[in-house]
Amino acid sequence: MRWTAAIVCVALFVLITALGFMAARWRRGDLALLHEWGLGGRRFGTFIAWFLIGGDLYTAYTFIAIPALIYGAGAIGFFAIPYTILVYPILYVVFPRLWAVCNRHGYVTTADFVRGRFGNGWLALAVAITGIIATMPYIALQLVGIQVVIGALGVVGHGVLHDLPLIVAFVILAAFTYTSGLRAPAMIAVVKDVLIYIAVIAAVIVVPIELGGYGKIFAAVPAAKLILAGPKGPTLGSYGAYATLALGSALALFLYPHSATGILSAQNGGVIRRNAAMLPAYSFLLGLIALLGFMAIAAGIAKSPEFADGFKQYGPSYAVPALFLATFPGWFTGIAFAAIAIGALVPAAIMSIATANLFTRNIYREFIKRDCTAGEETAMAKLISLVVKLGALFFVIFLPLTYAVQFQLLGGIWIIQTLPAVMIALYTRFLNGWALLIGWLCGIVSGTWMAASLHFRGSIFVIHLFGTAIPGYAALWSLIINIVVSFVLSAVLNTLASDRHKDATAMKDYA
Amino acid sequence: MPTPVPPPERRPRASLLRLLLLAPFVGVLWVSSYNSLTPALGGIPFFYWYQLLWVVIAAVLTAFVYFAER
Repeated sequence: MRWTAAIVCVALFVLITALGFMAARWRRGDLALLHEWGLGGRRFGTFIAWFLIGGDLYTAYTFIAIPALIYGAGAIGFFAIPYTILVYPILYVVFPRLWAVCNRHGYVTTADFVRGRFGNGWLALAVAITGIIATMPYIALQLVGIQVVIGALGVVGHGVLHDLPLIVAFVILAAFTYTSGLRAPAMIAVVKDVLIYIAVIAAVIVVPIELGGYGKIFAAVPAAKLILAGPKGPTLGSYGAYATLALGSALALFLYPHSATGILSAQNGGVIRRNAAMLPAYSFLLGLIALLGFMAIAAGIAKSPEFADGFKQYGPSYAVPALFLATFPGWFTGIAFAAIAIGALVPAAIMSIATANLFTRNIYREFIKRDCTAGEETAMAKLISLVVKLGALFFVIFLPLTYAVQFQLLGGIWIIQTLPAVMIALYTRFLNGWALLIGWLCGIVSGTWMAASLHFRGSIFVIHLFGTAIPGYAALWSLIINIVVSFVLSAVLNTLASDRHKDATAMKDYA
Repeated sequence: MPTPVPPPERRPRASLLRLLLLAPFVGVLWVSSYNSLTPALGGIPFFYWYQLLWVVIAAVLTAFVYFAER
């Protein structure tokens, strides 16, 4: 047990727990209304939105998994950087429109928008279910971030005792999300990000000094890991994989319910546009964190007997925690680990709120109890937020980790299939609701088939075009199928049975 | 359904300047142009500092478009 680090970590955890409960009274609103509980009353300004969306997108899992990928696989893991570069031009141009129409009509979820735009409850149901299923494994993976940190603190035990710290952290999370709604992660995100920035900036200054500079660090990494393997013969090789992973992930990111929830909680469209220019600060931070993977290689921590057990249990995910333990004094490691653990709570809270909003608005109120009051609606959402988190906890404790990773990989392929109904629909009413539903189905089936053909171990599917092999992200290929089907069928259905008269939104709602 | 009243905000004029936002797509999706160790910067291979530089360029372009459209 590493006592100093553990005590600092627990103390910070207690602090943010108190903050989480206090958040209920912050910018006070009637928490019995769904947009107050689930969107923080749409009142967050530029500053808070920056912390909230930053904490929402750059999760603890990201901060553990990306350097782990660099540590294990090398350059390909850096795709997270072009991915998070491309996200923001898309955010700037597309999503203020979504905010505007959702604000005008009181939509709380993207599926609400789809319901209004197409008057088609089934299409909205498809969007909602896709969102819920894609988010669940993501919540489970956040717990893995906490687990690695708890393990690195030297907490050992067997059976229930082993999982106890994780269970305690999650009960706390569940309780303050229940009482405070989206205000809790917004308030905690501020503290967490300050901790993360301190930890990472210290790491990228101190570690290279100890290792003798960046030149020495990169010299210690095997050459094959430093850049992508160039294509040999008629193939785009890893270039195709790298570029399509970045582009596909960027297109998918804001379709995730938790990202959409973050955006919709903004005070106005200007907050979103300003954040499109300010959030890249996190991307830069992520780039530095990614390089920690190489520093872990250069520091030779894999050979240190002190960390052998950790690597055996957590694999490459243990690289960054071990690097911190090897470099910093106990109290500082405690701060860094607290940042990671708290960094898991913020997105986990937002994800469970987003999932709860979707279930309540687009399944419960649409199909189960149409005449529910605003109070009943919010009570149901709060209950669902508990159920979702409990599900994630069971997932992590009772199922092997690879299941969560594979489900999350599939989640990326599935969520991108809602792009035509959500993003393209912001610009045109050419698309027909039923055509979109069939396009969505074709995308889901073809994408899942591609992943299955890879035995769910990866998402790079090779297609052959004019004698050239093009390896690419399965999500992108299946999205192309989805879009083609949606447009062709829409052209047919628009003449046979147009559903344009069902559009509850008007052109002016989008500006 | 309670509809929150939007705070007054100046609506931006979507301008042709937004075409500038396509530049990051070219810069980072053309992978073969930067998949190289050299020139290194302060010991960091080109592949890494080039992409980190695009984080900054993309943010500056977005900020520029934002202020120009206000």
